[in-house]
Amino acid sequence: MKATVTVYPRSQVLDPQGKAICQALGRVGFDEVREVRAGKSFSIELGVEDEQQAHAALERMCKTLLANTVVEDYTIVLERGAQR
Amino acid sequence: MKCGVVVFPGSNCDHDVYHVLGHLLQQEVTFLWHQQRELDGCELVVLPGGFAYGDYLRAGSMAALSPIMGAVRDHVAAGGLVLGICNGFQILLESGLLPGAMRRNRDLRFQCEDVYIKVERNDIPFTGRYCSEQILRMPIAHAEGSYASSPDSLDELESARRVVFRYVDAEGRRLDEHNVNGSARSIAGICNRDGNVVGMMPHPERCAEEMLGNSDGLNLFVGAVEAVAEPQRATL
Repeated sequence: MKATVTVYPRSQVLDPQGKAICQALGRVGFDEVREVRAGKSFSIELGVEDEQQAHAALERMCKTLLANTVVEDYTIVLERGAQR
Repeated sequence: MKCGVVVFPGSNCDHDVYHVLGHLLQQEVTFLWHQQRELDGCELVVLPGGFAYGDYLRAGSMAALSPIMGAVRDHVAAGGLVLGICNGFQILLESGLLPGAMRRNRDLRFQCEDVYIKVERNDIPFTGRYCSEQILRMPIAHAEGSYASSPDSLDELESARRVVFRYVDAEGRRLDEHNVNGSARSIAGICNRDGNVVGMMPHPERCAEEMLGNSDGLNLFVGAVEAVAEPQRATL
């Protein structure tokens, strides 16, 4: 089973990278941009077919390594059906 | 006293720390490889600066899961001294031995310059040789040193007096323009509840002898060595 994990800075946390990108987009004429949060995305292949089992494992991966939950949030999307 | 300097793939201040402890302070020092599971009897453990695991994912995140960190955790639980400098501080945060996290510097730049920091408390081993509110000049060299934590956690740090160093100006004033990387509450270094673990972004090992034009950092190591040698004098 395949999954995509997205990690991005929490909305309360200052994201200077996102802010810089936001300003740059404004400079090149995209006036409609209000805010940008810059994050990371991980494409993960699991040797598991059970969705619940896969989701539980991915949750643990996020908390252990993929995200630093002090300053980052994450979302998990399994290839068959999105959750969380 | 036996001191250990942990070496991760990508550590680059390990030899500087070795020089201060071994050559300047004449202590027994050994390098501890990150794959080890024991500290070989070291009483003071230093996690040095550098780019452990190339700073992949987040600075310190991979190093925090390396085998030696289990032994470091046991050492901390037993009251042993641990100092994390720069990348070492990031590793302590990622491993949960100290609270909070590091974000990219406010200006998004790698910053390499001398800064002034104020000693907020001198009743723990690492700062026992400094005066309270002493102003120190130390170099920083990092891109991810903007300390962040939840407001509650920051309040808790303050009330428990766990902020050890703060960025200030040469007169000790806490001004936003001297908060070099945009850290929450100008935090440059913190300790754990018992005061035996300290993490700091500035580099005391790079300013520990007059030959380098600055020896403000030496007393940090002297304080730690003395605390182990004469535990009755330590205020832990």
